[in-house]
Amino acid sequence: MGKFSRLGNDLYNGHKSIDFVGRKWLWYAISGVIVVVSAAALLVKPLDMGIEFVGGAEYKVTSVSNLDQGLVDDVRSAVADTGIDAAQQPVVNSNGDSGIIVQVKPVTTDESAEIADTIQQVTGVADEDISPTEIGPSWGKEIAKRSGIGLAVFLVLVVLFIWAYFREWKMSVAGIVALAHDVVITIGVYALSGFEVTPATVTGLLTILGFSLYDTVVVFDKVRENTKNLRESRTTYAKAANLAVNQTLVRSINTSIVALIPVGAILYVGAVQLGASTLKDLALALFVGMAAGAYSSIFIATPLVVQLKAGETDVLQAEKREKARQKKLEADRYASVPTFSEDMPIRDEPGDDDFDELDDEPVSRPAAPTQEARAPGEPGRGRVAPPAHGPVRPSGAAGGRQQPTRQPRSKRGKK
Amino acid sequence: MARKAFRPGRTLVVFFLVVVISYGLVALGGTWKPELGLDLKGGTRITMTANGSPTSQNLDEAAGIIDQRVNARGVTEAEVATQGSKYIIVEIPGDTSNSLVELATRTAQLRFRTVACSSLDPGPCGTTSSPVLPSDSSSILPSEQPSTSGSPSSKPSDKASGSAKNRPAVLAKPSAKPTQKASAKPTKSPSASPTQTGSSTATPSETPSSTATEAPGDSGAASDDPAQMALAFMDDPGKAAIEAFNSFTCPAKEDIVDNPDKFLVTCGTEEEGDANVKYLLSPAAIEGTDLKSADAVVPSQSVSWIVQLNIGGEGKQVFADLSRAMVTTGQQFAVVLDGRVISHPGFDGVIPNGEAQISGNFTKTSAQSLATSLKFGALPISFDEKATSVEEIGATLAGDQLTAGITAGIVGLILVMIYCLLYYRGLGVVVIASLIVAGAVTYSMVLLLSKTAGFTLTLPGIAGLIVAVGITADSFIVYFERIRDEMRDGKSMRVAVQAGWKRARNTCVAADAVSLLAAIVLYIFAAGVVKGFAFALGLSTLIDLAIFFWFTHPLVTVLGRYKFFNRGHKLSGLDAEALGVKRINTVGGRA
Repeated sequence: MGKFSRLGNDLYNGHKSIDFVGRKWLWYAISGVIVVVSAAALLVKPLDMGIEFVGGAEYKVTSVSNLDQGLVDDVRSAVADTGIDAAQQPVVNSNGDSGIIVQVKPVTTDESAEIADTIQQVTGVADEDISPTEIGPSWGKEIAKRSGIGLAVFLVLVVLFIWAYFREWKMSVAGIVALAHDVVITIGVYALSGFEVTPATVTGLLTILGFSLYDTVVVFDKVRENTKNLRESRTTYAKAANLAVNQTLVRSINTSIVALIPVGAILYVGAVQLGASTLKDLALALFVGMAAGAYSSIFIATPLVVQLKAGETDVLQAEKREKARQKKLEADRYASVPTFSEDMPIRDEPGDDDFDELDDEPVSRPAAPTQEARAPGEPGRGRVAPPAHGPVRPSGAAGGRQQPTRQPRSKRGKK
Repeated sequence: MARKAFRPGRTLVVFFLVVVISYGLVALGGTWKPELGLDLKGGTRITMTANGSPTSQNLDEAAGIIDQRVNARGVTEAEVATQGSKYIIVEIPGDTSNSLVELATRTAQLRFRTVACSSLDPGPCGTTSSPVLPSDSSSILPSEQPSTSGSPSSKPSDKASGSAKNRPAVLAKPSAKPTQKASAKPTKSPSASPTQTGSSTATPSETPSSTATEAPGDSGAASDDPAQMALAFMDDPGKAAIEAFNSFTCPAKEDIVDNPDKFLVTCGTEEEGDANVKYLLSPAAIEGTDLKSADAVVPSQSVSWIVQLNIGGEGKQVFADLSRAMVTTGQQFAVVLDGRVISHPGFDGVIPNGEAQISGNFTKTSAQSLATSLKFGALPISFDEKATSVEEIGATLAGDQLTAGITAGIVGLILVMIYCLLYYRGLGVVVIASLIVAGAVTYSMVLLLSKTAGFTLTLPGIAGLIVAVGITADSFIVYFERIRDEMRDGKSMRVAVQAGWKRARNTCVAADAVSLLAAIVLYIFAAGVVKGFAFALGLSTLIDLAIFFWFTHPLVTVLGRYKFFNRGHKLSGLDAEALGVKRINTVGGRA
């Protein structure tokens, strides 16, 4: 774990930095492809809705002798093994002392006869003891409608909440986009895998909804903290946001591992050991959705916020200041090298393998002030270039060195 | 710190006391295993058969209403489905003695009718010429502007005399039990007021007389408008109705058949204390399905409970017409549930928008029970009670699924703990302790709720709880990463614990607020399984916050006093190597 810890430190102080914000088009493209594939999968292979949603046929078996849970399980596996599509995940339970109820999705007459035959073989009852009827969905339109309303209200409130908490509606937008991204991917995986959609799946989807927003809020909280005072921290919005994502990266990885391990275990048991089961449906939704939720907070939501905010005056000004600083830095590379002092934060030796990154991110280190580190004009501690009062540029007259330039008085404006 | 005297030890002790108390309550309850849901343990299956041949739309609607009834609290996860063209199947966890069985089979049908006469005040049915009922049980008034038209002077005089009150009836009415008080009054009391004229001008019917000229029987007037019909019926119920009324005795011996197209002779309910009062009611003026909402509330300027109604659809206009005609006469209308009068208020004002409130001497319980009856009682079809079958059913999931699911969950959580130990070393112990405490608190809550609220655990529910425990760990991870970040900035561990706490707390509260928001909104709006999910989500989020504030933080603070942690022992998880820095400060640092 030592290496991972060191990585944590490097990510924290900016020695190592993954450019999440800068390479946004790459992430957008990856997510776009996945989302399009998911949507296409949904079109080509619609969701396999369970009995609870579409209703189906019910077989009421009466006067079963030797009824016990084992027989019920036998009937369930026998019906599932008929190979009829609609009967892949039958609902079978005992009914009273001598009855069994078998529910399958809508079937044709032939299939219905086959299922009845199967039941008869396993239970050994007479023909007239099996009575098929039609059964409606227990998840009717009414429940779907009410849940839909609830969801809509929740989304509106969440938009308002994020807006109020971060004082930034653009973060609400980014959060919702990330949420939609996660949900579409999860549904797409469902369509592709052909798992049946049950009410358990719906609860799984709702968990993802909550988790995706939860994770986004955690990441955004760090982004807000880092970008609170752009002028003071001498950085741009994009860089500060990128640093925030890097700083929460260890948290995100740990959280994802901790949240996904139990779900993965359930998924494994559900899919491999039990075959068709409620557990499998639920665990798949959770696994895919939570992974997508952690991914989208970092790769989609944060770059999107940076992009949305790119046009704001504060952000533009910070960019400008940054450009000016860059220019200054190029003019005199050594002006900003700090000298040693007693309470200096510890950093790696130059010449470390991550030295290259230092050049890219000279100002994104927290607590590593570049100019405040020394009092200007301290004697005997290397060359001191006092900050320029005005613009400088290479001058032909001074052998190509940087020289202050001065506009003619008429262009300088009145002071 | 904001609180100067933060005493982590005390917080920990109090928290543990609370946990112990919760387990003490569980021990009092006497069950150490949670109730399992339909899929794991089976339950009761009720098959209800509709009378006649209802349309599929009506059947769906009825199924939806029953669903809302049995899942009103959303913790039981009962299932309701239609079967064939006239059956509704309700599956409820638990055995047949479950109170939900009764709730599901209550074939409630709600209608609004006008009161022509009652045994309190025979009106046109008796020999007196006073059709006015003492409207002292409760009264109805527009919810927005109390009494614009219904000024005190136009109100029935008995009310003013009975309650000596000049303002319209937002306040409590004199009696909760109108029967005793009102029946003591002679019918020719001074309350029989000059309101008869007002009534006759408002209604286009013939003359307001009690003569049994002819018997229109089941429809009091030729008009199609239910409001006019109901008003006309009040003035002239017809001979057949009066005879039926006079030959009827309360309490009723056989079931009362509630036919919306016919007049109804019926009794009050025992809960209201007027089971002996009989009523002659008009054909249904408003169907219960027009009732949009009914809530028990205490208005802001009042101290007593009222029931707020919102009537929409066709009923809105009918209600407006009725109120306009009846506000001056002091006549009453009746709320009839399953053929029984559950409330018979009069009007205190004209109600044009369908928004009304029933005031009376309600207690909290009686107001809520009336609101519930109104809200969930509106079934569009009736059921044959004799054909209702109640059977026990077995589990729908194979027996191995529960054990497999729990095993998987435990293995997963053990893996999580191992990972935390490897990564956070000493702090990992805090994570494990927090997770175990979270698990214990969750389990005690589940036990308590299954005892008190009928909470049942389904397999998805168990999976959800396991996942929730995993998500709970995120708060700790956020917190520990913060502590480590602060230490990387050169703070000592004890300072970092407090500084990191401040920041981690804000993050976690904000993120958990989103989860809570989801839980609350979904619980209010959604139905069925989603409601159960919302309940579990809200519960686990609250437990997460409680553990984070009252267990993890104090524990870390206490541990920070030991050299093992604040000197950065190699196994503490806070040593220089684990943080990835050269050395750590052991004392001080900028907070």
